[in-house]
Amino acid sequence: MHEAMIAQSILEAIIQEAAERGLRPLRARISCGELNPINDEAVNFAFEIAARGTACEGMRLEVRHVPLRATCESCGHTFEFDIYSPACPGCGGADFKMNPDAPLLLEEIEFEDT
Amino acid sequence: MKVSLNKKILSKNEECALQNRALFASHKTLCINVISSPGSGKTTLLSRTIRDLQGQVRIGVIEGDIRTDTDARKIRETGAPAVQIETQGACHLSAEQVTRALGSMATAELDVLFVENVGNLVCPSAFDLGEQARVVVLSLPEGDDKPIKYPGTFAKADVLLINKMDLKEHVDFDLERVIEHVRTLHKDIAIFQVSARTGLGMDAWYAWLKEKRAL
Ligand SMILES: Nc1nc2c(ncn2[C@@H]2O[C@H](COP(=O)(O)OP(=O)(O)OP(=O)(O)O)[C@@H](O)[C@H]2O)c(=O)[nH]1
Ligand SMILES: [Mg+2]
Ligand SMILES: [Zn+2]
Ligand SMILES: [Zn+2]
Repeated sequence: MHEAMIAQSILEAIIQEAAERGLRPLRARISCGELNPINDEAVNFAFEIAARGTACEGMRLEVRHVPLRATCESCGHTFEFDIYSPACPGCGGADFKMNPDAPLLLEEIEFEDT
Repeated sequence: MKVSLNKKILSKNEECALQNRALFASHKTLCINVISSPGSGKTTLLSRTIRDLQGQVRIGVIEGDIRTDTDARKIRETGAPAVQIETQGACHLSAEQVTRALGSMATAELDVLFVENVGNLVCPSAFDLGEQARVVVLSLPEGDDKPIKYPGTFAKADVLLINKMDLKEHVDFDLERVIEHVRTLHKDIAIFQVSARTGLGMDAWYAWLKEKRAL
């Protein structure tokens, strides 16, 4: 949700990276956690509009969704946590320690080769 | 040419939240972000908390609503200071709005500052306001499936207040199911069953608040 605001922050970060290198950005990959999910379509729509007239015009964003992970307190197993049906795949237990949710990252930018 | 960065994107909101958090720390004020769906009883709970802790804990409230200052006026009736933020359509409070409201609130003279967010179980959870603790209120008439439908909001809360316990006999609400599910989302969450109307169970919540303030 609120992808417009996120798109603006990502745009500013990419513009800065591009300016530092004097290169034209073509594509970028961002990643987000499961507790602050980003909708791929909405973020690209907002980004496309925000990027008009900037060095990022026409760029495409790829979103990688990083699953939430938890560690089982009974058997120590660390696993991908399904927030809609939580259970430890190791022992079936329901006593977990949640790992921190992944932050919003600008993972990679692909620039035009010079 | 691909360049790997793995750079954390700090939104404007997060930058503002960091500033708010630093201000609360320097004023030794405990800031609590209160989140729930509309009508769960946030304002009623806060009013009762202020009245019951009068003379023990100095409390102020920042109220967030899309329109009207109804809630801030209710809080002022208790004698506590309240500032209303009207979000003009926005479905959540932002850290920047809180920063502006802090200009009209003498936080240094407060032990606890509550920020009552816009009634909404989705969006407020994604916006850090600079608070030190988050309280989610869930009232019985809303139904026991809310933690399953809005896991992000419950997973990030430090306290769950299950409100309107006085209606227990009148609604089908599986308390055990809710508590079990919320604990799988956040193992260490503090859960209190209360009624802001009758005062039932409020003492345990006050004890949590005083202990948290003392830290
Ligand atoms: N029976 C009962 N009613 C309650 C309780 N707490 C609040 N209410 C009622 O619930 C309704 C909504 O209460 P509010 O305190 O305005 O709820 P809110 O969460 O602040 O609402 P918004 O700010 O609009 O999201 C009011 O009619 C309250 O009197 C309670 O413990 N039991
Ligand atoms: Mg209210
Ligand atoms: Zn296990
Ligand atoms: Zn929203």
